[in-house]
Amino acid sequence: MDRNQSRRQVAAMKQALFDQGLLDEQYIQLEELQDAANPNFAEEIVTLYYRDSSRLIANIDQALKERNGLDFNKMDNIMHQFKGSSSSIGAKKVKAECTVFRECCRARNAEGCMRSFQQLKKEYAALRKKLESYFQLARQIGPSERACCPK
Amino acid sequence: MSLSNNNMDNGSFSSSCRDANFPAGLRVLVVDDDPTWLRILEKMLKKCSYEVTTCCLATEALKKLRKRKDAYDIVISDVNMPDMDGFKLLEQIGLEMDLPLIMMSVDGETSRVMKGVQHGACDYLLKPIRMKELRNIWQHVLRKRIHEAREFESDVSFDHLMRNGSDQSDDGNMFALEDMTSMKKRKDIDNKHDDIEFGDSSSTKKARVVWSVDLHQKFVKAVNQIGFDKVGPKKILDLMNVPWLTRENVASHLQKYRLYLSRLQKDNNQKSTSGTKHSDLPPKDPASFGFHNSLTKQQNDVESDGFSYSDGTLQLQNMDATSHEGDLKGIVLEPATEKGRVLNSNIPDPKITKSSQIDHNHHFGPLKPEGNHAIFDCTIPSQYSWNEVPKRLLKEEQKPLVKFEDSFSQLEIHGGTQHHIHVDQSQSMASINSNPPITEKEVVACSETKPLYADYKSDYAICACSIGPAVDTFPTQSKSLMVNDQSSEPIFTSNLDFKTPELNLSRISDLDFYQRNLLLGGEVTAYEPLEEELHLILLQSEYYNMNFGMQNIEMPEYYDPGLMAELPTRLCDSADYSVVDQSLFIA
Repeated sequence: MDRNQSRRQVAAMKQALFDQGLLDEQYIQLEELQDAANPNFAEEIVTLYYRDSSRLIANIDQALKERNGLDFNKMDNIMHQFKGSSSSIGAKKVKAECTVFRECCRARNAEGCMRSFQQLKKEYAALRKKLESYFQLARQIGPSERACCPK
Repeated sequence: MSLSNNNMDNGSFSSSCRDANFPAGLRVLVVDDDPTWLRILEKMLKKCSYEVTTCCLATEALKKLRKRKDAYDIVISDVNMPDMDGFKLLEQIGLEMDLPLIMMSVDGETSRVMKGVQHGACDYLLKPIRMKELRNIWQHVLRKRIHEAREFESDVSFDHLMRNGSDQSDDGNMFALEDMTSMKKRKDIDNKHDDIEFGDSSSTKKARVVWSVDLHQKFVKAVNQIGFDKVGPKKILDLMNVPWLTRENVASHLQKYRLYLSRLQKDNNQKSTSGTKHSDLPPKDPASFGFHNSLTKQQNDVESDGFSYSDGTLQLQNMDATSHEGDLKGIVLEPATEKGRVLNSNIPDPKITKSSQIDHNHHFGPLKPEGNHAIFDCTIPSQYSWNEVPKRLLKEEQKPLVKFEDSFSQLEIHGGTQHHIHVDQSQSMASINSNPPITEKEVVACSETKPLYADYKSDYAICACSIGPAVDTFPTQSKSLMVNDQSSEPIFTSNLDFKTPELNLSRISDLDFYQRNLLLGGEVTAYEPLEEELHLILLQSEYYNMNFGMQNIEMPEYYDPGLMAELPTRLCDSADYSVVDQSLFIA
């Protein structure tokens, strides 16, 4: 009973991630890739993503603090990487914010970049939090259950 | 039908399908600086049962590729990488190892995708990449292999062009054989060779550019001037300054050129055997005969220098005769009975040959100085019910030439057919390309023989034979023409094109029926070209109206046998011709 309940809870959490537009179907792909060899593949990827992309976030942070005028091309480049990376886990909202940021870069809109970047960091952190708690709960009920109930 | 299929199986496809579970085990190299994607792609590809190698730097990927060029079947690369632009990598890979490469990016801007394709990417995937997309990538590998197999033929011609280009004398012009369907064009051609090549290109809907030696030299010059790394079709086009040439023309030629170079490189690496193959080739005095062969018209300026080429249909396949010998035998009419006979058939896709035929002969085997080889080119367009002209190239090496007396006399007797027979005897070689009609219906045949060698020390015979629809004539002809072929090991490069389903010559026997109805006419012309020793005998015969009750062939022109008298003697002298089938060209 208890187990069933947590399973429902996990399913609901995941559903919420999609309903709120935080994730897209790429994430489902990741879960579908889970198998005996990599039972926690989705989590592994998400962890990898956060580990790697934090470096990009820091880089942009740095670039935005540049006093002698912003290097929009550079920021655009970094953001391009970040966007590509975010697409790997299906971080839908983060990705959308990347697009906004890049548009600001192209428009040489420093203020827009700042604002968008703040928003991006918020989404980025929020998703991380939600995913972490989701994985934690999911791990408790075992990998096989998770793999079979996307949506 | 079965023959052509077999050929496909044995040849082009075999490499890719060698192991039964082909797509499985495909060796993929993935390059992406994003570790997350790298991991995902690796997992996905493994799930497709591919063998995956990953690296996160383009330079690292290049290192791996250079270390073992043949260790990978396909490369997937991200566009944006810190150490090297994906496009650069793509270019390097294209130049150095010629592997299919798929680009990927989160960015789907048309301009970028365009750039990728222009740089030679075989696909451009947008992130997030789906497994179903990856599952399908083996198609690029297969496609490439198929293409390579096909390239083989055109490469031959390209090879020849390249080689010739370097040491060709000024007067060696290639000219194009134009569309046969248009008669007026032909007239133009008769008048001026100069006009042949491109004069009518505007009126032809899709005129294929003939890369003459001159033109190619211009091209190479432009490439060198620009620098190989930076060349692009547009730049070349500008430099070449040839008004009628289009960017597409140049682009496709450039592609071939690259392929050619890379193949050359490969060849060198593998102790090229093929390199020497052609070395004897370049004719100092390329007297070759171009024939316009069509159902309705015969081209007379056989004597023009250079190679004849017709647009659109030029399908040259160069293969080592040795390697294909097995195949050849199957095709040969009387394979077993005629000893040492090597038959190369070139049967291009009927669609291609539809209106025009190109006879472009490169026969360059290592020459045996002592031997006489005759290569006969016979182009025999036939009318299929669908009006397409299949072409078959028959090449045979012969030492002895055939006695033509019998056949000629009979030719005279039978007035209805026109035969074009060019007989050249050269010390070195003669090549025969015959395109016999394979259909049971009517065939108009035209043969070309081109002297390929610069030094004509001996008599040189060109035999062009047109074979009438009755395939029956074909065997006889072949007998007479190609009697002793002593080099069963083909020294020369042969062209094999098996695209046409019907290589089955066994049918011929069925055609006996038609023989009766054949009217034969022949023309023999003999002349002595350039050098004393070079005796060029031109026999032209053509089937005239053949009515088999099934189809009508209209052969408007009929040539009276001209210098026929000369021919036999000359041939007899030089020949040990064992057999002339007396029924040659006879019903």
